[in-house]
Amino acid sequence: MSSDKLKEIKQGKENWLEKRSQMKDRDFKFETVSGLPVNDIYTPEDIKDLDYMKDLGFPGQYPYTRGVQSNMYRGRLWTMRQFAGFGTARESNERFKFLLNRGQTGLSVAFDMPTIMGYDSDHPRSLGEVGRVGVAIDSLADMETLFDGIPLEQVSTSMTTNAPASILWCMYIATGEKQGVASEKLRGTIQNDILKEYIAQKSWIFPPKPSMRLITDIFKYAKQYVPKWNSVSISGYHIREAGSTAVQELAFTLADGFAYVEAGMEVGLDVDDFAPRLSFFFNSHNDFFEEIAKYRAARRIWARRMKEKYGAKDPKSLLCRFHTQTAGCSLTAQQPENNIVRTAFQALAAVLGGTQSLHTNSMDEVLALPTEKSVQIALRTQQLIAYETGAANVMDPLAGSYYIESLTDKMEAEAEKYFEEIERRGGVLASIDQNYFQQEIADAAYRFQKDVDKKEKIVVGVNEFVDEDEELDIELLKIDPELEQAQVDHLKELRSKRDNNRVNDTLDALKKAASGPDNLIPYILDCVRAYTTQGEIIDTMREVFGEYKEKPTF
Amino acid sequence: MARKIRVLVAKPGLDGHDRGARVIARGLRDAGMEVVYTGLHQTPEQVVEAAIQEDVDVVGLSILSGAHMTLFPKICELLRENDSEDIKVIGGGTMPEEDVKELVEKGWAAQIFTPGATLEQIAKWIYDNV
Repeated sequence: MSSDKLKEIKQGKENWLEKRSQMKDRDFKFETVSGLPVNDIYTPEDIKDLDYMKDLGFPGQYPYTRGVQSNMYRGRLWTMRQFAGFGTARESNERFKFLLNRGQTGLSVAFDMPTIMGYDSDHPRSLGEVGRVGVAIDSLADMETLFDGIPLEQVSTSMTTNAPASILWCMYIATGEKQGVASEKLRGTIQNDILKEYIAQKSWIFPPKPSMRLITDIFKYAKQYVPKWNSVSISGYHIREAGSTAVQELAFTLADGFAYVEAGMEVGLDVDDFAPRLSFFFNSHNDFFEEIAKYRAARRIWARRMKEKYGAKDPKSLLCRFHTQTAGCSLTAQQPENNIVRTAFQALAAVLGGTQSLHTNSMDEVLALPTEKSVQIALRTQQLIAYETGAANVMDPLAGSYYIESLTDKMEAEAEKYFEEIERRGGVLASIDQNYFQQEIADAAYRFQKDVDKKEKIVVGVNEFVDEDEELDIELLKIDPELEQAQVDHLKELRSKRDNNRVNDTLDALKKAASGPDNLIPYILDCVRAYTTQGEIIDTMREVFGEYKEKPTF
Repeated sequence: MARKIRVLVAKPGLDGHDRGARVIARGLRDAGMEVVYTGLHQTPEQVVEAAIQEDVDVVGLSILSGAHMTLFPKICELLRENDSEDIKVIGGGTMPEEDVKELVEKGWAAQIFTPGATLEQIAKWIYDNV
């Protein structure tokens, strides 16, 4: 824009401000949900330094601000992927088939807490937790049941597993073998993002160093044998759920991503050997514009760093491809039907931000695992956005908005400040050790709660527009307490029937390998094929690797 | 000077969702109480041991793993076995209303604070009941 035109706009704004400043504003804190102050209006002045080709470009082109594919949703819509799993493998298999029959296009497995933490269902620490928040998987036998009648060459499967990701991944590969599907054909994602476990979700087992080794072992194995698999889903979702701001989510997640890139390069891999299989997972919270700006900034930062700092040559290494889940922490137990509306706004932000796949939360998830009815509404929300709203017609439709572009720049600049601070502290692992991320997130969470308590932030149905006589009239999913015993019995039977000599041999071999430099994945795969349980494999590795302990602070 | 009320904020069970526990711990400290936070993944035995050792008046349990109907009774039972049933057990997390009612009716929790409770309400309850 010419400087004359800019001057004209500047003058125009001054004239407008003269009148505008005489008007009284509502008594309200005008800032994003993350506490980022926003102006009352944005004009060409706010984006006068924006260089279209350098900062935005076109979809599928560097720096990918406008999207990772050149035809975006005109080619293929995002994958509608509802996270599901509860009880035993049998129940979850039925839920998967229910979702596939209703037009879902990818699977996403939720595991129960014992499976997430590497305990078998019959371990004393698993008492009361089996099948509660996801499906219980102890051995290959359970994984076979989970995908019974679902041909693995036809679906892509995301598995939310981190500390024991290598084991569940091997079980999936072995399930493919049983179905006659070669590992080269398997498509999907393991979350496998241990860094955010130390930072936010706190489901760790081993200390950082051996955990990072397992991840780089997966990089190497995937490159050779499972090339269509996303080996890490670098997750901001949990960082946000733990209470971070949008900028923290953006910065900490990308910093984790860079740490994985550096780890891969340190073990001698070429960046282009594994970076194309790194994917991301972001939250979509209530502040519509802030979320859209976050996704755009994420793509641009990732592409620039991968190219300029890490020297990636393969264009696929530059792509910040991501899954999005709407914000569980934004849902309210009060007037839960309102959550359908919240989720719809959040889902729309994710689509306008160019997500590759999406999970929409069900209205009842703040109270229990979702019922079939509430899951169906959540899935229908995505289908409404895809087919009725027109949001998928035009790529990156909010580009050029003075506000969106200015906010995208702002988020990038704020994230850069965090990268500098993390660098100053000696990197991601050192910052975890110094409790830096954890404290930043806890501070943000506390600030938010105080704002809500003081009504400086309004949560509809909770601190304003409260329905005093509210009686909950939605049905909730009950997990049959008998399922835990059934799973334990099933496990006992497995242990008595399998070839226990073979189990012990595979565990001995794994233990030896864990103390040496070999890639552990083939050893874990052998254990899994022998129906060794996840708990047995983890215990064996724990003997060599030890266990992580957090310093509890608040 | 009166002794400050002592509270143990505990995370029993396997889930790692510590946002609520840490916000409550800080809020109660800001409200003038002595607060000890156990950290994550505690067994009921560890929680009760810490409660007795720290000589607390209140134990606050934060559970989001769905295991509340197992963990609350277990912790109450262990407190009783250790002659410490005077310690009040309160809690919060993701729990259906029926479960909340049952926990309170059966005496497994003195009070459950469901989502939406303010820090002030929780602190007031403790001041009124200890």
